[in-house]
Amino acid sequence: MTKCINIDGVNVPFEEGQTIMQAAENAGVYIPHLCHHAGYAPHGSCKLCSVRVNGRVCTACTFPAAEGQSVINNSRELQADRRRLTQMLFVEGNHNCPSCEKSGDCRLQAVAYYLRMEDDHFPLFYPPRPLDSSHPDILIEHNRCIVCSLCVRASRDIDGKNVFAVSGRGAHKHLIVNSPSGRLGDSDISTDDAAAHICPTGAILIKGQAFHRPIGQRLYDLERIDGSPHAGEASHEA
Amino acid sequence: MKPKVRVATTSLAGCFGCHMSFLDLDERLLALAEAVEFDRSPLTDIEHCGVCDIGLIEGGVCNSENVHVLREFRRQCKILVAVGACAINGGLPSMRNAIPLEDCLLEVYRDGVGLANAMIPSDVELPLLLDQVRPLHEIVKIDYFLPGCPPSADVFWSFLSALLEGREPELPYELLRFD
Repeated sequence: MTKCINIDGVNVPFEEGQTIMQAAENAGVYIPHLCHHAGYAPHGSCKLCSVRVNGRVCTACTFPAAEGQSVINNSRELQADRRRLTQMLFVEGNHNCPSCEKSGDCRLQAVAYYLRMEDDHFPLFYPPRPLDSSHPDILIEHNRCIVCSLCVRASRDIDGKNVFAVSGRGAHKHLIVNSPSGRLGDSDISTDDAAAHICPTGAILIKGQAFHRPIGQRLYDLERIDGSPHAGEASHEA
Repeated sequence: MKPKVRVATTSLAGCFGCHMSFLDLDERLLALAEAVEFDRSPLTDIEHCGVCDIGLIEGGVCNSENVHVLREFRRQCKILVAVGACAINGGLPSMRNAIPLEDCLLEVYRDGVGLANAMIPSDVELPLLLDQVRPLHEIVKIDYFLPGCPPSADVFWSFLSALLEGREPELPYELLRFD
């Protein structure tokens, strides 16, 4: 007999060893996330996938599914917590959507739309962060990095290269590049690498692509991040 | 006759793009004019904000005059609204925040290309620049936020028509945009 967990009143089957996120994704249930990506080792750092499991808040991307679990995903309380977390991500960096070429394709922005984030709530940090344009084809815009470590995992686990790592702690946590100079141009990254394409924000970009698709025709201009179409207003909160 | 709702608008460290987008209401402006009258606004020429129901503020805060105007709006307006990206997070003008103010001034007024009589303006009439551009909510309480660069005319319409009908404004998903 298939084992099931219950997410928001719906039975969702899972296989032994799967996380709650994996079970939900297989069943087409959207749990907001940024540092999780299917097929990648879980990281559990962005906390956006926080769900209530048998009354306790856990991250769905790291928590193993178990028979009989009762999971609350889409509640007013959790959506409000996720909105605050997203606002923290915005104020900790310099996320200037109007001047960002990733706007419309950005998962950070799309999650903020999904969570109905209209303001930043917190005071802004405006951290001074550098730009690394040393590579001929790939740009690092540290202002937009949310330190999700997807590029670290992509380079290490998919590309077998170890181009990226995360250094420092707390507010000083930042992305570093594994090359003698610390600059991307001196690393062995290439445009074919998964690490060059996995960034959920506009922090790692392929150069020369900026406006191939105009604003208004981009991924999240056409559909919401939870996969539902734009037209027809659906409630996000239970 | 129902008394008209009094609305004030201003642009602080903004580009007036949000005001231009407001004017994109086009023929809906006629319906709006039936229900509201304007206090201080680029549309009127009134110098100081009087007692108002709604204050719409575009742009962040970049100098001392912006701070005074913002506080005057907060004192006078029952509902204060941060309009557009710059009012909400500093926007494009805040891109100077990573550069020391002195370096900005020297580059623009003394060391830039093609300057005649290069010098940093210091007339006492000029408001002093803040060391950083800040969003409105860091200085006064803001009641509503209209994101977008600029917010579309539909955003203004959705928001104002809700307020005028006594409903709680709620932007439809399609109108919530940061770009």
